[in-house]
Parts: sequence; C-alpha cells; structure tokens
Amino acid sequence: MTEAAQTKTHAIDISSLGRVSEALNLENEKISLEIKDLKLSYGEKEALHGINLRIPQKRVTSFIGPSGCGKSTLLRCFNRMNDLVDGCNINGQVLLDDQNIYDRKVDVAELRRRVGMVFQKPNPFPKSIYENVAYGLRIQGINKKRVLDETVEWALRSAALWDEVKDRLDESALGMSGGQQQRLVIARTVAVKPEVLLLDEPASALDPLSTLKIEELIHELKNDYTIVIVTHNMQQAARVSDYTAFMYMGDMVEFGSTNELFTNPSKKQTEDYITGRYG
Amino acid sequence: MRVSFKQWAQKGDPWVWLNAGAVAISLVMVIGLLGLIASKGLVHFWPHPVLEADYIADENSRTVIIGEVVETEEVPAEQLRTAGVDVAEGVESLRRDLFKIGNRDVSGFDFRWILERDLENKRYPETVMTMERYEWGNFYGYLKAVKEDGKEVAVNDLAWAELQQRLERAHSIREKIEEIEQGQIGGINRGIERLRLKEKALQLKNKATPQRLLAIQTERAEYDAEYEGLQGELTALYGEINRDSLIASTMDGTVIEMPLAKVVKAFRPNQMNLYEKIVFYVKQVGSFITEDPREANTEGGIFPAIFGTVLMVLLMSILVTPLGVVAAVYLREYARQGPITRILRIAVNNLAGVPSIVYGIFGLGFFIYFIGSGVDQALFPEALPSPTFGTPGLLWASITLALLTLPVVIVATEEGLSRIPRSIREGSLALGATKAETLWRVVIPMASPAMMTGVILAIARAAGEVAPLMLVGVVKLAPSLPLDGSYPYLHLDQKFMHLGFHIYDVGFQSPNVEAARPLVYATSLLLVVVIALLNLSAVSIRNRLREKYKALEM
Repeated sequence: MTEAAQTKTHAIDISSLGRVSEALNLENEKISLEIKDLKLSYGEKEALHGINLRIPQKRVTSFIGPSGCGKSTLLRCFNRMNDLVDGCNINGQVLLDDQNIYDRKVDVAELRRRVGMVFQKPNPFPKSIYENVAYGLRIQGINKKRVLDETVEWALRSAALWDEVKDRLDESALGMSGGQQQRLVIARTVAVKPEVLLLDEPASALDPLSTLKIEELIHELKNDYTIVIVTHNMQQAARVSDYTAFMYMGDMVEFGSTNELFTNPSKKQTEDYITGRYG
Repeated sequence: MRVSFKQWAQKGDPWVWLNAGAVAISLVMVIGLLGLIASKGLVHFWPHPVLEADYIADENSRTVIIGEVVETEEVPAEQLRTAGVDVAEGVESLRRDLFKIGNRDVSGFDFRWILERDLENKRYPETVMTMERYEWGNFYGYLKAVKEDGKEVAVNDLAWAELQQRLERAHSIREKIEEIEQGQIGGINRGIERLRLKEKALQLKNKATPQRLLAIQTERAEYDAEYEGLQGELTALYGEINRDSLIASTMDGTVIEMPLAKVVKAFRPNQMNLYEKIVFYVKQVGSFITEDPREANTEGGIFPAIFGTVLMVLLMSILVTPLGVVAAVYLREYARQGPITRILRIAVNNLAGVPSIVYGIFGLGFFIYFIGSGVDQALFPEALPSPTFGTPGLLWASITLALLTLPVVIVATEEGLSRIPRSIREGSLALGATKAETLWRVVIPMASPAMMTGVILAIARAAGEVAPLMLVGVVKLAPSLPLDGSYPYLHLDQKFMHLGFHIYDVGFQSPNVEAARPLVYATSLLLVVVIALLNLSAVSIRNRLREKYKALEM
C-alpha cells in the first residue's frame, strides 16, 4: 500500500499538535512483532491472560489502560526484560521476524540489541555524555574512535540533542536536565541501531516542554523504527501513535488504528475509559 | 513562662540533651586520649634542663647529684616510715623527685628517687653536658678534655668547640663505615649466598658439571677478593674513628675516657636559649622518625617499624580488596538468594568477631607451616633445610590480616551493590550488555566508593592489629627493610617490624622500662598518626570516586 493512496481525515484529539493522521488499516501493514497467546504470571498470580497482537512495522503503537493493567509488563516481554524478575513465568510466543524470541536458541543480549528500550525515569550512566551514547557500541567491541565519533554524533542528532550538547560531550550526563537525559537515553538506544524501540512511559517524569520534544522526536523516529509506547496519558497516545491498544486487567480489550479507537471504539470498556468514566 | 517537666519531655528536649551529652563525652575521651599520648610522648624530645644539687643522705655524707627531674610526686609519710626513712612526727607527706641520672656504665642504674628535703643548693650550671651515646644510655657530667691518639688537644673551656668539630668528623666516618658494612658487604653476602644456592640447585638437579662449578668458584673468588679489599678499608676507618676520645667527670667525680665513636651527640641544655631548644627538638623528632632503633629498641628512631606497618597495610589492602569484592559480587549478584546465602552471610559476619589471635594461629598453621613449606619444597629446594617461605614473613602477615579484614570489605561492598538503582542495570541490559558486562562497566564502578569504605575500615582494623602479627611475621628487630634496592626489591619472605609490636616490645620487654616509657607514648602517637594518614588517603580516594560516580538523585 502506498501512503499517498490514503485519504486524510481529521481526528478529534490529534489536531492538538497540528498534525494530521492518515487513515490506517492493519491489514495492509507489514508486521514487526507478532504476539501469540502470551500468558505471564508472577508466582501464582497471572498478570497477562493470553495476549494476541500484531505490531506493525515503522509505525507507532501505543498501549493505554488503567494502572496495573499489564501494559508495561507486556512491553517488557518484547525484549525479555521480565527474565530478570524472580518468579516470573511466561507462556506463549513473541515472534520477531518469524523467530520466537522465547526460543532457547535466542541470544538475549543480541535480541535486546534489536529491540531497544527506554524507561520511565531517565537512567543515564554516571559517565560522560559521549560515553553514554558509545556504551552500546563498546559492548559490541567497537572501539575505533572514528566509528564511535560518527555514531555518537548521528545518534545525538537523531535524538535532537546534538546542538545542545556538542560542546560538552565530555561532561557528566548527570548534569543534564531531565528532558535532556531522557533524549540522551533515546540516543543511546538508537546508537545500537535497533529495529524496534520500546518506550515505557518515556515522558511521565518530564515537564510539558520536554514532553513535547520527546513526542516530536517519536514522530521523527517512526520513519526508521517500529515504536511501541506505553502511556497512561490518552492525549499523548492520541497525538503520537498510529495504532492504539487498550488493555484492561491483563487482557487486550481492543486494538486498532488510533483514529478508529478514539473516535469509534467497538467495545463498551474502551469507550468508558477514553471518555473518562473510569481509570 | 514556666514549662512543666512533662511539656519539656514531650518536646523531645531530654533526647537532644542526651544525644549531645553522648557526643560530648566521646569527644572529650578522644581528645583526652590523644592529649595524654601527645603530651607524654612529645615532651621526651625536648632538651630538659639538667639539675645539679647537693644530696644529704645523712649527717656525714654529702654528695653531688646531677640529672634530669623526670617526675615529682607526693609520698605519704607512713609509707616512707615503713621503708625505714626517718620522718618527723606530724609530717603527712613528702615530695620526692625521680632523677634520671644516666651514666649506667658507672653507677649501674639510670633512675633514682630522691626526697626533696634531702636536696640543698639546687643549681643549673651552664657547662653541664648531656651526652647521648650508642651504648649505656645518657651521660651527664662535665667535659674535661678532648684527646687525639691519647694526647690532649684541648682542655676545659676550649674543649667544647673542639669536641663538636671532632664529633662531626666521627659521624661522617661512621656513615662511611655503615655504607660499607650494610651496602657493599651486604651485597657481597647476598651474592655469595646466591652462588651457594645456585651450586646446590645444580647438584640437586644433577647438572653440576665441572665447568659450571668452576664458573661459580671463580665468581666466589672475585667476591672474596672484593671482600678482602673492603675489610682493609674498614680496618683503616675504624682506626680513624677511634682516634679521638674525650675525658669527662661524673657527678661523684669519677673521670672517664670515652672514644668519640660511641657518642651520638653532646649538648649543654642549660645553656640553650628557646630558639636553640626548638631547633634541637625538631631535629630530635626528625631523627626519631627517620632513624633505626638502637639499644634493644629503647633508643634511636623507629623508621623500620613505620615502614613495615605501612608496607604491610598496603599489601593487605591490595590482597583484601579483590578478594572481598569478588566474594560480595558473587553473593549479591550471582548466588540464588536463599537459606544458603543467608548462612554464608552469617558466617562472614561472624568471621569479623573471631578474636584476632585465632587468625594468627590459623596463619601460622595453615599459611606458614602448610602452604609455606609446600612452596619451599616446590620452588626453593636448594635453600632447605633453612626455610624461605615456610617461616613467618611479610607475605603471610599481609594475607592473615587480609583474611581478618575480609568480612568488613564483603559487607561494605554488598551494601554498595544493593544500593545501585535497578533502573541503571536495566538500562545497560536493554542495550544488549550481558550481566557480566553490566557489572563490570556500570555496577562495580558505581559501587566503588562503598568498596573504598570497606577498605578504609579494613585499614583501620589491620593497622592496629598486633596479636596475630607476632605469630606470622613481626619481629623485635629486623636486620633490613622488606623493600630495598636489591633484586627482587620487595622481599615478601622477610620478617619486618611493626609499630604496634614495637610499643609492646619497648614498653614491656625492654631491659630498661623506665627509660623507654616516653618512647612508648611517642611511638603510640606515631602509630595513631600513621593510621590516620593511611585512612585519610583512602578517604580522599573514596571522595574522588564518589564525586565521579555520584548516583542519580532521582
């Protein structure tokens, strides 16, 4: 499908950033991640009850839902971050390019290189700005100064941070503002050239201006990456995403194009939530 | 406005007072401790005035007494009467002075208690001389003449200047002698020993061909020839140093003659002005810190002990840090948390409570007798039966203390590791780092200030430890420093001196406890200073690390 063929329509909330969303159809998208009957339990308690989902490539997909509904847990399944949690049990499949990432042959470090993740709170390492961005490359054994320099500049430019920090690359990353730190973390993730970017409430700890910058950045990045974002801010989901999934109590209630989901939800629960009746 | 006790208590004021009181008491105790050690120790180096007085033991005998008044105290008359001293009725107590009269070679003892009422005509004559000697302790008396080859060259007033000049000459000769004896002859001895071991090793391996033995023979002959030459030089120097001597009279008029070779320094304390005294004091303190001990450690300096303490503590830190960190990383990061790790932690914590002498016994039994003799048999068979590592030494002392301080480092490191935020680890893992890479590149650097805290505590504990060291390597007097210019530079097998043991030895094992008491205080003060310096340097390293790896504030 060509993008030009899509008809442009206005959505209720989306105009808030002055952007126009396209009419999207899941049937026509290439699929990056496919989740099949994914169940997850912490000890006795089941947190995800059989999720089925297809996340399209080079689009922004957002997960919304009330706190504790399992949206972050689901996101963390995509790069096996839940492996670190004691007593966490996972059943089902997550296919990345038709390869189940929970297969025993999969190298977890390699997987995490392909599926990058940005967390709720900015978590730069206590190193210089340069070393923060170069970290992922050094892990891969890349130590050539020229390659590092180029990649660091490219990654910082991708994260719209280069102009702010180019003169103080050797300073500690901890001296930056929260918003800058979060963009640094995005640059750090982008630097290893992942296929999928997972953003776990990336703007929840930031002020409105920094949030705006992050959202603009997401808009830029979706040309090159499949982006999955968890947010409990519905406005944000409406602003930045192409597709939205609504989750409730560990179930995937509804999934569809953002436009569709926000204007014409097919489930009562979704409607109640987006109209603010609960959550 | 009156405040009832209940209100006062409710506001929490009693707690504040209680806490402040506890802090104040601690502070007073620390200051008092340091003050006592410092005042008793530092006074020792001041040039004390020398008192001369007439001593009336009874009606008939009237003698002169010369010495430093070290201490004054009140004695109950009752006690004196039972000791057979005639004290008049109605007198409650009498003052008595402890005189340091020196001249142990003449009178047999250094110190004497004298009742103040028996002293008359007290005076501080300008020309009275204190003389520090290489043997027999101090000398107090008057200089009569200076002799060269048995002939008097200067008498009475002129003798003093002549003496100072000739003393300087004697000292420079002495330095030359020491240089030859310890430096050159020491080198030859080591060379000969090396040859002996080489020869024996060849024989043990059945490789002692006549050619090789001949080569060793020639080398040995070279050493012997060199030794002969040095021996000749030494004889000449000894002749020269013994050329001069001095004549002096003691308090009871005995005239003695003493070669200048035996004099460390001679000075007239009653003649010195304040400035001269200060200069003298600084010099004395300096030589105390930088010189070797003499006279069974009761005189001279304590440099080897300082050196040994510092070197041992440094080696201990180098050994304990990696071991403790690795153990803590395993316990905290890799081991599955459960009953076994809990038992391990309890065991580690209890290790810190084991009396240190037990570690000494363990070090002796396991490290020295078991591992040490094993090492000897495997690596140094040519030196047997005399042991190389199968005997107490620097290496074993350091390892034993490393074991002793291991729990502290483990606990502190674990604490530090548990404080690294989870988000930082996840950030690293999310970039494709393995657990080991995350640990190595992010977690351990961030936990390094906590590790330094552990090392600081370890240093504080190890530097003050004496009991285990007596079993595993510390000696009263070590002939040479464990670190010097001859291969392999750091002699891990050597025994060494330690300030803590030095204090014990000087204070309780020396033949002249009374004379050595100020030295005990001075050495204690120095031990405190050395530990404080070691700690301060570790603290400054930690602060730098803390600044660098400042954890996230959010």
